[in-house]
Amino acid sequence: MRILFRSGLAALAAALLGACAASHPPQLVVVLPEADGKVGTVVVTGIEGGGSTTLNKPYAAARVDTAGGKSEPRTVTEGEVKKSFGGALAAQPIRPISFQLYFMEGTDEYTAESKEAFEKVFAEVARRKVAEIAVIGHTDTVGTLEFNDALSLKRAARVRNDFTGRGIPTDSISIAGRGERELVVTTADEVSEPRNRRVEISVR
Amino acid sequence: MTRYVRSIVVVLGALGAAIAAGPVVANDIAQIKVANGTVIVERGSQRLMAAAGTRLQQSDVVRTGINGSAGITFTDNTMMSIGPNSAIALDRYSFNSTTHEGRLDTAMRSGTLSVVSGKIAKQSPEAMTVKTPATILGVRGTEFLVQVGETK
Repeated sequence: MRILFRSGLAALAAALLGACAASHPPQLVVVLPEADGKVGTVVVTGIEGGGSTTLNKPYAAARVDTAGGKSEPRTVTEGEVKKSFGGALAAQPIRPISFQLYFMEGTDEYTAESKEAFEKVFAEVARRKVAEIAVIGHTDTVGTLEFNDALSLKRAARVRNDFTGRGIPTDSISIAGRGERELVVTTADEVSEPRNRRVEISVR
Repeated sequence: MTRYVRSIVVVLGALGAAIAAGPVVANDIAQIKVANGTVIVERGSQRLMAAAGTRLQQSDVVRTGINGSAGITFTDNTMMSIGPNSAIALDRYSFNSTTHEGRLDTAMRSGTLSVVSGKIAKQSPEAMTVKTPATILGVRGTEFLVQVGETK
């Protein structure tokens, strides 16, 4: 009797699990190789149990099908990826990119090299349908903290003006100044250091 | 005294309402960069037609039609793009642009998704997940694909 009851329960549980598992569509997860040759890691864990699968090789895939609800490791081909994910892959945004431009001491004038480099930054902005630009200004340690806070913001504002002057909308550009608080090259106070006189421009 | 407290509460309440009704730039978590065909953003009970430039908020659902596709970039530089007949819910997002700490939880409801993870996943490997109907993906970075349902 007890055995019967137990097996009855087991059957019920199996039926319930089966019903549960059958209620979701098949799912596939694939890890891709990256441009620099590295491969990332995605850990796939079943919500209904079944443990975890770690995917960390190019085109490693986990499939969860309607019946089992269990992920089974396998590899897919580049062709299969293109066939199933072509639309999603083609809609990927242009990758975010960041730049550094450098300034003459105590001013918001670019160095000669950075004046040229600005053209490259502008080209990256221009090829985006909708760009968001974040500009953060920095200084070296020559001058007071207050002076350098103002100067770093002035440098960031200079970059913004150069963008808006060429038709980039102001509301797509955010600026900030960090003064001499984030040195790239650590120096004592009152040290002229060209590498610290910079703006970081993030384009996304 | 009680009346005094009450009026403060009323004033605070009114301020809260005014803030909520005003520009919500600070709540923007991502922007649609690519929109092809029909792309809809579901925000609460609203359904908005989306285009390149549409800004997204936490809890938005992005949905594409039969010939649609969409690509979005989050403020931490995570990129997600979805193919035709797809829907993804942007359940939870926070990002500190100074420390790069944050949280990004999304749920893929149907269709195809391509992901390139950004600063949040790089800073802390437990901070980004993608849910599917039967699994939860822990994202340590960086490029991967998710499909929910059969290829049409």
